[in-house]
Amino acid sequence: MIRIPFVLLFSAALFSTGVYGVLARRNAVLVLMSIELMLNAVNVNLVAFAQGMQDVVGQVFALFVIAVAAAEVGIGLAIVILIYRNRETINVDEVNLLKW
Amino acid sequence: MVATSGAGQAGATELAWIVALLPFLAFFLIVGFGKKLPGKGAELGIIAVGAGWLMSVAILWHFVTGGGPTESTIRWFEVGNFELELGQAVDGLTAVMLVVVTSVSLCVQIYSLGYMHGDSRFTWFYSMLSLFTAAMLNVVIAGNLFQLLIGWEVMGFCSYALIGHWWEEKVNSDSAIKAFITTRTGDIPFLFGIFALVVATGFATSNIGEISEMAERGDISTFWLTTAALLLFGGAIGKSAQFPLHVWLPDAMAGPTPVSALIHAATMVAAGVYMVGRMFAVFVHADPFALTFVSAIAGTTMLIAALLAMVQDDIKRVLAYSTVSQLAYMVAGLSLGEAGYTAGLFHLFTHAFFKALLFLGSGSVIHAVHSNNMSEMGGLRRHMPVTFWTFVIGSAALAGIPPLAGFWSKDEIITLAFKDGHYIVWFMAMATAVITAFYMTRAVLLTFFGEYRGHGHPHESPATITGPLVALAVAAAGVGFVGAPQLGAPFADWVHFGEEAHAEPFSYGFAAISIVGALLGLAAGYRLYARWRERDPLRALGPAYVLLENKYFLDDIYLRGIVRPIQYRVSAWANGFNEVVLDGVVHSFAYLARGLSILVDFLDRRAVDGAVNGVAQVTGESGGLLRYIQSGNVQRYAAFLFIGVAVLTFVFTRF
Repeated sequence: MIRIPFVLLFSAALFSTGVYGVLARRNAVLVLMSIELMLNAVNVNLVAFAQGMQDVVGQVFALFVIAVAAAEVGIGLAIVILIYRNRETINVDEVNLLKW
Repeated sequence: MVATSGAGQAGATELAWIVALLPFLAFFLIVGFGKKLPGKGAELGIIAVGAGWLMSVAILWHFVTGGGPTESTIRWFEVGNFELELGQAVDGLTAVMLVVVTSVSLCVQIYSLGYMHGDSRFTWFYSMLSLFTAAMLNVVIAGNLFQLLIGWEVMGFCSYALIGHWWEEKVNSDSAIKAFITTRTGDIPFLFGIFALVVATGFATSNIGEISEMAERGDISTFWLTTAALLLFGGAIGKSAQFPLHVWLPDAMAGPTPVSALIHAATMVAAGVYMVGRMFAVFVHADPFALTFVSAIAGTTMLIAALLAMVQDDIKRVLAYSTVSQLAYMVAGLSLGEAGYTAGLFHLFTHAFFKALLFLGSGSVIHAVHSNNMSEMGGLRRHMPVTFWTFVIGSAALAGIPPLAGFWSKDEIITLAFKDGHYIVWFMAMATAVITAFYMTRAVLLTFFGEYRGHGHPHESPATITGPLVALAVAAAGVGFVGAPQLGAPFADWVHFGEEAHAEPFSYGFAAISIVGALLGLAAGYRLYARWRERDPLRALGPAYVLLENKYFLDDIYLRGIVRPIQYRVSAWANGFNEVVLDGVVHSFAYLARGLSILVDFLDRRAVDGAVNGVAQVTGESGGLLRYIQSGNVQRYAAFLFIGVAVLTFVFTRF
């Protein structure tokens, strides 16, 4: 039985890797993947606590997060494809339309 | 706060103020909406005064059935310890006057529908009639002197506006100014009389009832009472056209005839007599000199006015001088003291009906022949039978032919004057009675008999004109009986002064003398005027005729002696005042305004504009700084998000 603090350290490392990826990678697909890392870090946390507290609600939440993440990736990749078709690039720093 | 005193069940008398309020509201409504209504505002005036008439009759009924007087007041305002009230004091005299004023006003307003038809200022005319009626009703119900004064002055203005109704002709506007200024001359002593009474009560009250009580108890010294009585009578001299201020009334004939009827019968001139009747306690308890003075004025006025009426060619002027003379009769009646109180006011009551009738009748004639001059009338009895018969009834009532209204009231005054030993007044009154019969015979003969001497074809007036004539003729024939001693003289029970009603003196001997006097005048008139003559037979009087024709030169004396010198001096002074003081004030205001604008300009540019521009600049520059944050780079936004979350986490975990 792995003790919870180890699991939390692991998930924190995973989440930080995801944050770094979101902020630093230029490729939109990699950004999406980094978001997946962050979500899965949360999932690990949820499952670990559910196990530690002998409560199944955490696992149910983790399943929900997986379902939402699947939908998010679906929509996110569709957006990336559309951006590529329009602008011939998937570098997020070149797509700076979100301003005045 | 409503204070009510009075015996028994008050009923409709409590609401007497509504009678006065109705035409007042009608005035505003006519001014506001009159022109848009189908009747051009006339219907409002007629409905208001008609409703007032019904209420007045109900109020009079209260007194006929033996009800007591009531008084109710609300506090108006207070100056120091002096409290001014607004209210109504309703007794028998008030009730009688309410009926008189509303019935005459109602007749006049219906009559005007026909007479003023198509007039360019028809609506304005009706609004003024309503205001005039309201003002008179306010005088009638007023419980204190200041309230009475308000109605009194409003009437002065309304008479000015109505006499000058056809102001396009200078004569008419001159007459209006003359009427206004002459009555104002009397108003000044009246105002001081009110002050004198208020001072005499120690600034305690201006309530008429309370002042009367104080006068009766002797709480006011004789000196103050005499002063106040003489000053108040000055007001009556002006308003009721007594010598020497009677000159405005004949000129007031310049107004439309319905106005003349209203002024001469029910309002304005009646107000003076009514006021003397109202303040009678002051007159009675003053030094006897006051009443002697009153009777001297009255005696002079009745005779000189009656003499003037003999030589007039203008039919309305005959009636105007007749009014002056009959008003003097009333004042003479009042001047006989407590006994004459009822007699004088009874004559006021009867006179209102037959004089209104005569004026409206003359209006009907004028309407038909388009001239005021009797020399251009004649023979109208065949063309205008209704007008003729009603006019004859009115004339007979005025001349004192029994059993018409004028007989009872005039006979009462004449008999009283003799019995109380006022032989001079009695003689004047008898002489006036003879002359009255004479000039009315003359007027009727010149107007309705002989051959028609005017232009065109006269025809009977429409029903709106003859209707009121018939109604008033019935009244002129009938109202005298309420004062007939044979029927118990109920009038004396409604209107009396002091504790109980005085038994009215009546002797068939004196009545016979009056009747003989009236017949004498009638016969003389018939003898002289039965046949039309180009030259007035009275010219045989020589210099006396010239004197009468020029109205005793009183107008010339006033004009040369008073009006002209004052006029020029006043206008010169007014001019100087205008140039030096008014212009000076205006100019200094201009300089002040200029200085202020310079200051304001400076403030505007520097302070106000500075503030506005400053705000704009700060906003713009801070916006310029903030725009660097909004780069459009999604990752930078995400970085802000994570920093925010980190900060919040830090804050929430630490604190």
